[in-house]
Amino acid sequence: MNQSVPSHSRLPLIRNWIVGILLILIFIWSLSAMKFDGIQEYGAQVVSSIWEGFTHPDWDYVYLPDGEDLLRGLLETLIISILGTFISAFLCIPFAFWASANMSRIQAVSISGKFVLTVIRVFPEIIMAILFIVAVGPGAFAGVLALGIHSIGMLAKLYSETIEAVDNGPREALISSGASKLQVLRFAVLPQVIPQFISYALYRFEINIRSATVLGLVGAGGIGVPLLFALSSRNWSRVGIILLGIVILVTIIDLISGWLRRRII
Amino acid sequence: MNSAPVPDAAEVGAPAPPPSKKPAPTLDSKGPQRFKALFTWLGFIVVIVVCGIRVDANLVQLFSANSMENMGRILGELSRPDWSYANRIMPAMIETVQIAIAGTIIGSVLAVPVALLCAVNIMPKKIISIPARIVLNLVRTIPDLLFAAVFVAVFGIGAFAGMLALIFFSFGLVAKLTYEAIEAIDPGPLEAMTASGANKIQLIVFGVIPQALPYFFSYVLYTFEVNVRAASVLGFVGAGGIGLHLDQQLNSLRYDRASTIILLTLVIVLVIDYASTYLRRKLL
Repeated sequence: MNQSVPSHSRLPLIRNWIVGILLILIFIWSLSAMKFDGIQEYGAQVVSSIWEGFTHPDWDYVYLPDGEDLLRGLLETLIISILGTFISAFLCIPFAFWASANMSRIQAVSISGKFVLTVIRVFPEIIMAILFIVAVGPGAFAGVLALGIHSIGMLAKLYSETIEAVDNGPREALISSGASKLQVLRFAVLPQVIPQFISYALYRFEINIRSATVLGLVGAGGIGVPLLFALSSRNWSRVGIILLGIVILVTIIDLISGWLRRRII
Repeated sequence: MNSAPVPDAAEVGAPAPPPSKKPAPTLDSKGPQRFKALFTWLGFIVVIVVCGIRVDANLVQLFSANSMENMGRILGELSRPDWSYANRIMPAMIETVQIAIAGTIIGSVLAVPVALLCAVNIMPKKIISIPARIVLNLVRTIPDLLFAAVFVAVFGIGAFAGMLALIFFSFGLVAKLTYEAIEAIDPGPLEAMTASGANKIQLIVFGVIPQALPYFFSYVLYTFEVNVRAASVLGFVGAGGIGLHLDQQLNSLRYDRASTIILLTLVIVLVIDYASTYLRRKLL
């Protein structure tokens, strides 16, 4: 007994050491793939021109009377994320009921639903955007569709967790007094879940506004398109103003959405 | 119900309504509330419609024979993956995971000191914690692909730029989650140690780290999951990994090969997700 106590307490220590050493080895192996050879060629010149551009953003680009400017790009980004969130907030409701365990008696139904949602969730939105660009042509609409479909994966998962957490009292009361399935849904389930649904949709909106800024990198509209042009032409002062615009837009949206979410719940 | 002249009374006597009168406000507020809800919905629908017009959302075009045919053709080709191609992309796949690992570990390590600076119960001086939080929030507003696009322009095409992008991204995410976890730890041990004269370093090593460490590891694993997904598309902006091959195959309309890449990525992401979820459940 006396001997087994120290060996018992030493075991996790040894295990931690092994895990730690393994992690360090994996880390070194990963670092070995990173080849750092880019910056020497241009050297300090590139860094200084980037610094120059970022400290002197191209303020003229904020508003141009004719055509593409920062404000219009940001507005398009905002619109893409509003519409994408709107589409997914409705499309995901049937998926949510499919995936929640307490809405169907057969377990396989909810498990299959959860699997479908996982697959949608891990399918990158950039790839979805490319597929929709082939279907409807490049532009903001492809971005809207990509966000709308991709967001279903996460929103439906959060929605289904909400549905699984509803209080069963009202449901049972309605069922025992002879309500139909639809009536149970309308008067017992929906009133409990709607505020949470709206809150999650707003949260997803915050994520979507970030995603919408990169959709343009593959040609699906928004501020990413001019950003890509500015980056490839090394117009650093324009890159600076666009990044500044994105930071401001995302911060404002976060503040508004956070305030709304606190009010709803 | 609205015929009773209660609204006026409620308006005048609003500051101190006695509890016995409680039903009255709910009755009279029902009318305006319903109007408010109606207006909210109407405003919402107007916003959606205006947005739809601005982006030329054309449902007729979406469901037209032409675009349906295009989509059907792509889906058909995607459903016949070219498995012989899988061997050739394995190195890029491994590089993707390596980018995610390196980015996650470096970013998480950098996040620790900043998380300590942000947590109010460790750093009571607001002059440090509030600027640190503002910097964190600014870092988190920039998506990983934007970081990648900028770093590719600076450091050239390759995995290094991707790793840098993921370092910044992981740093923001881990630091935020960790400082919130640190603020939620049990203050008892900290007070006991302060009372017995421990200095700041001792406080952190013996009071904070034992409590916050499982949460920190759990957040690192979660960030790793997110980073693997991110790393698989970094190649679209030239930042290394499998995304570069996917971009090439999609551009040359080889959807069978693209499908192989997508499926392989899905498998790896799912395996890592499940392993990480299992580990996280064991940690907490």
